[in-house]
Amino acid sequence: MKTLVCIKYVPDTSEAEVKVNPDGITVDDSRFSFDINDADNYAVEESVLLKEAHGGEVTVLSMGPKKSEVMIRMALAKGCDKAVRVEDDRVAGHDPLMVAKTLAGAIKGQEFDLVLTGCMASDDWHMSTGVALAEELGVNHASMVNYVEVMDGKVKVHRELEGGLLEAVELELPAVLTIQTGINEPRYAPIRGIRQAQKKELNVVSLDDLGIDPETVGMDASQVVLEKLYIPEVESTAEFIEGEPEEKAEKLASILQKGGLV
Amino acid sequence: MGNVLVLAEHRQGELRDVSFEMLAVAPAIAKDMGGEAVVLLVGSGMDDLAKKMAGYGVKVLVVDDPNFENFNAEKYQKVLSALIDDLKPAVLMTGHTAQGVDFMPALAVEKNLPLAADTIGLAYEDGTLKATRSMYSGKVNAVMAFKPAETYLVTFREGAVEAPEAAAEGSVEKLDNPFTDDVPYRKFVEYVEAEVGDVDITQSDILVAIGRGLKEDKNLPVVEELAAAIKADLAGSRAATDAGWIPHDRQVGTSGKAVKPKLYIAMGISGAFQHLAGMKGAKTIVAINKDPEAPIFTVADYAIVDDLFKVVPKLTEKLKELK
Ligand SMILES: Cc1cc2nc3c(=O)[nH]c(=O)nc-3n(C[C@H](O)[C@H](O)[C@H](O)COP(=O)(O)OP(=O)(O)OC[C@H]3O[C@@H](n4cnc5c(N)ncnc54)[C@H](O)[C@@H]3O)c2cc1C
Repeated sequence: MKTLVCIKYVPDTSEAEVKVNPDGITVDDSRFSFDINDADNYAVEESVLLKEAHGGEVTVLSMGPKKSEVMIRMALAKGCDKAVRVEDDRVAGHDPLMVAKTLAGAIKGQEFDLVLTGCMASDDWHMSTGVALAEELGVNHASMVNYVEVMDGKVKVHRELEGGLLEAVELELPAVLTIQTGINEPRYAPIRGIRQAQKKELNVVSLDDLGIDPETVGMDASQVVLEKLYIPEVESTAEFIEGEPEEKAEKLASILQKGGLV
Repeated sequence: MGNVLVLAEHRQGELRDVSFEMLAVAPAIAKDMGGEAVVLLVGSGMDDLAKKMAGYGVKVLVVDDPNFENFNAEKYQKVLSALIDDLKPAVLMTGHTAQGVDFMPALAVEKNLPLAADTIGLAYEDGTLKATRSMYSGKVNAVMAFKPAETYLVTFREGAVEAPEAAAEGSVEKLDNPFTDDVPYRKFVEYVEAEVGDVDITQSDILVAIGRGLKEDKNLPVVEELAAAIKADLAGSRAATDAGWIPHDRQVGTSGKAVKPKLYIAMGISGAFQHLAGMKGAKTIVAINKDPEAPIFTVADYAIVDDLFKVVPKLTEKLKELK
C-alpha cells in the first residue's frame, strides 16, 4: 500500500484577534500559533493506521514555509516514512485549484494507492483542494470520509452527509480521500519516533525542481483574484454581563432564575 | 445570455434547504448579468420536486433518469460538464454541502473554470462577479473577484441567507439525459443512519453545550455539575465529540443535530457556522467564551466574556442556592 498524505500548516485563530494588514489582502499572522490543520492530523493518523494494517509506505506532502517542518517531522515521528515540502512563492495560494495543480505536479509520476488530505483547511475553509487534486491526477475520489476499509483493489468509505447521515461508497484504487475529523484518535508521537524522524528523508523542492511551469499555477493562471479582506461587523444583540467572574455568574444565575429559564 | 443555473439539491426524496435559499440570490445576479435564474434538477422520479421548485416562479430544467437515483459525484460531474456545454450558463451554483463539495472542484478543473467555494454572498459589479467568503474562524470576510470566464462556478453556504417566499408558478422542462453510462469507478452502496444514543438532544428542554474550550476530559465534572443542577442534557460542538468527551449523537450542528431547546448554554464553543446552524433556533442562548470576538456571541441573548472555569462553578453554586 503506497499512500501520500497532504498536510497544511495553519494558524490557530479560534481564540486570537485577527487583523487585516494594510495591504488589505493578508492578515497579520505574526502572533498566531501555527500547527497542523485539524482534519489533516486525522489524515496522518489514518495513513499510519493503513500502513500498520496493510504494510507499505507513507509519504507526507506539504506546501509551506520552512517553519512548517516541525509539523512535517511530527508526522514522520508518528510513522510516516518520508516527506516532500514544496516551497515556492510563485504559487497562487489563495486559489485551491492552483494549490491542487501544484500538489499534483509533486505527485505525478509516482505510484500510489491512496492520497489522503484533510476535508477542510481551518484557515480558508474552501474544502476544494483534495477533490480538485483527484481530477488533476485523473483518479477517483470521495470527500468528507469518516471510515475507510481497503479491500482488494478497492476501498469502501463512509462519507459524512448532513444531519448525521452517512453514505457508503466503493471506489477503485488509486483514489484520493478527503478525511473528516473524528475518523480515528490521532496518536501522540512516541519519543523513539521523534528521534527517528530527524533522520527520515525530507526533500524541499521548488516548482522548477518539480518541472512545473510557474505560469500554470501562478497569479495569472488563477481565475480568481483576492480583492480584499475585511472584518465583518459583529451584529450581536446579546446582553453582555459585566463584572468579576463571580459577579457575572451571580447575575446570570438570577437572570435565568427570574426569567423562568431554569 | 447570462443565465444563473441553480443546481437544486435533494436527498431521499426531499429538497434540501439550500436549494430554496439560493433563490434568494440567483434571480438578482441573473438580472444584473442580463439573464434569468433557472433551476436544474438531476435525479430519478423528479416530478414532485420539480413542481415544488417551480412554485418559486422560476423555470426548472429536469434531467430525470434512474441512473441518478442516488447522488454520485462522478455522474454529476459528467452530466454537468455536458450541460455547461449545451446551456452555457453564466453561473452554475449549488450548495456548499456534502454533495456540492464532492464534485464542483473536480468539475472546475475538468472545464478549466473558476470556482468560489463556501460563498456567503454574491454581487455583480461593473461587469465583474464577486463572491464573499468567510475565513479564519469566521473572523474575516474575503471578497473574491472572478476573472472573465465562460461560466463561473459557485458553491453557496447553507443557511447563509433566508429562502424567499414561494411565488408565482414557474415552468418545468425535461431535458434529454446527456449521460447514460453507469460509472465504473464509484459505486453508491447504501445510506447508513446515525447511531441512536440514550438521550435524544432534539427533545431536550435545556442543553449545556461544551466545546474545545473544555480542554480535557478531566474537566467534565465542571459542566456535568451544572447540567445536573438545572436538569439539562449535555451536548457539544464537533470538537467535543471528536475528542470523545461526549457521544457522537450529542453533536450539535450541520453534521450533527439541529436542536431547539428553551435554553442553550454554550461554553468554550467558538460558534463556527456549522455549529450555529444547529442551535440558533434555541429560544434563549447563553454563551460563555473568553474570546470577545467569538462568533457564538452573534447568536447569543446573554453573553459572558470570561474563562468558563472561573464562571461555571460559581454559576452552578448560585443556581443550586436559588432553587
Ligand atoms: C463538513 C463539516 C461539518 C461540520 N459539522 C459540525 C457540526 O455539526 N457541529 C460543530 O460544532 N462543528 C462542526 N464542524 C466543525 C466546525 O467547523 C468547528 O471546527 C467546530 O465547531 C469547532 O468547535 P469548538 O467551537 O468547540 O472549538 P474551537 O473553534 O476551537 O473554539 C474553542 C473556543 O473555546 C474558547 N475557550 C477556550 N478556552 C476557554 C475557557 N477557559 N473559557 C471560555 N472559553 C474558552 C475559545 O475562545 C474558542 O472560542 C464541521 C466542520 C466541517 C468541515
